[in-house]
Amino acid sequence: MAFFAGRAGRGGAACVLSLAAAAYVFGSQLAAQDRNAAGPRFVVVLDAAHGGDDAGARLSNGQTEKSYTLALSVRLRSLLMARGIAVVTARESDVTVNADRRAEIANHANAQACLSLHASQSGSGVHIFVSSLAPVQGTRFLPWNTAQSAWVQRSLSLAGVMNSALGHAGMNVTLGRTALPAIDSMACPAVAVEVAPERGANARGDAQGADGLDDPGYQARVAEALAAALVEWRQEAIGGRQP
Amino acid sequence: MIPRHQTVLFIVLLVASVIMGSVLWHLRERAHQRLLQGENSAPTQAPQVAPAEQATLMVANDADNSVLTRILALPLPQNPEARARAVLGKLLDLYAAPDATHPVPGGASSIAQVFLVPIADAGGKVAQSGPELAVVNLTGAFAANHPSGLETETLTVLSICATLHANLPRVSEVRFLVDGQQRDTLAGHADLTRTYLAAEASQPQGARP
Repeated sequence: MAFFAGRAGRGGAACVLSLAAAAYVFGSQLAAQDRNAAGPRFVVVLDAAHGGDDAGARLSNGQTEKSYTLALSVRLRSLLMARGIAVVTARESDVTVNADRRAEIANHANAQACLSLHASQSGSGVHIFVSSLAPVQGTRFLPWNTAQSAWVQRSLSLAGVMNSALGHAGMNVTLGRTALPAIDSMACPAVAVEVAPERGANARGDAQGADGLDDPGYQARVAEALAAALVEWRQEAIGGRQP
Repeated sequence: MIPRHQTVLFIVLLVASVIMGSVLWHLRERAHQRLLQGENSAPTQAPQVAPAEQATLMVANDADNSVLTRILALPLPQNPEARARAVLGKLLDLYAAPDATHPVPGGASSIAQVFLVPIADAGGKVAQSGPELAVVNLTGAFAANHPSGLETETLTVLSICATLHANLPRVSEVRFLVDGQQRDTLAGHADLTRTYLAAEASQPQGARP
């Protein structure tokens, strides 16, 4: 009797497992069909740095970095949405968002590009930074603090596209590597973009021969160039988002 | 008529007074000479604690986001920790100068201490001439007055790491403290919680299209 009960139990468990496997395979196929029907979704995350208690750098005319980055994020979001690009923003108002939360937003969005927006009075033009983490092979599970290491090569490619687009727009561009907690935890091609006053030959000009951060025309030029870069990046990245 | 014994006593006291006076005069002269000798030996110039040597400073430039090599002759102490502090102090003096390419207020006094700690290998053994971790303790005033910005903070951190590696090749890793405590960022951007690899900081930084 016990022998028959044991065999029946094992048979039932096998049936349940078979049904579960069939349901998983069927569901995966449906999901894949949905994705193919809709086409690959291209998402950009805009992370306006600082906010709330964290004002960031003091800019010209008493402006703060947190307000500048929010204004740039809003302007860039409008330009990208007008070009049919889905945008997720880390903040829409003057609120405090910590670095981990910013990375969470980016990672949940499954984005093809993540931009951390900054502003500074030092230097000239637009500074583009990629995480200084050493590149590693992508795996299913990534350490939180160094998740970006699997995406560094793609981030460098994205930085190259942005460098080219900003250069074509006639701006001074510098490239660098940095350690920034927010982008180090992002599992997407991520760059930090820091906007500084345009000085020298490329400045269109106020009385001091510089395009200040309080100049709306300069901010518009930067946003247009970044939008053009992301449109170009969409053409390159549309094939997939594997690290 | 003065008694004889009183005359003798008076003469004895007079002679004793003269002798005591001369001894005091002599002691005073000796003290005065000693004082003059002390004044003569007081330094009138800053002492040269060590002969001038070549020091390699990795100087940041905000204009093109670069870190460039600059070689100077500096009197450097033999003690490695004092040597590290001296070269970093000179680097920050350059940044505090009015015509600095990477303006940061503070100067040499912003480096409170530099500690060099041997790094153990995978087996837990510490080699006599193996790699070292440099712990740079910055003052709170330096961090508070440092300009806020991704580029400027990154350049400060990288130039400190690269300068340490250039002058003390055994330094392979660098960590930062501010007033002896760990701090999240230098001035809102550059991460100070991580360990920086000195060799990576020495690689060229900055590019233009």
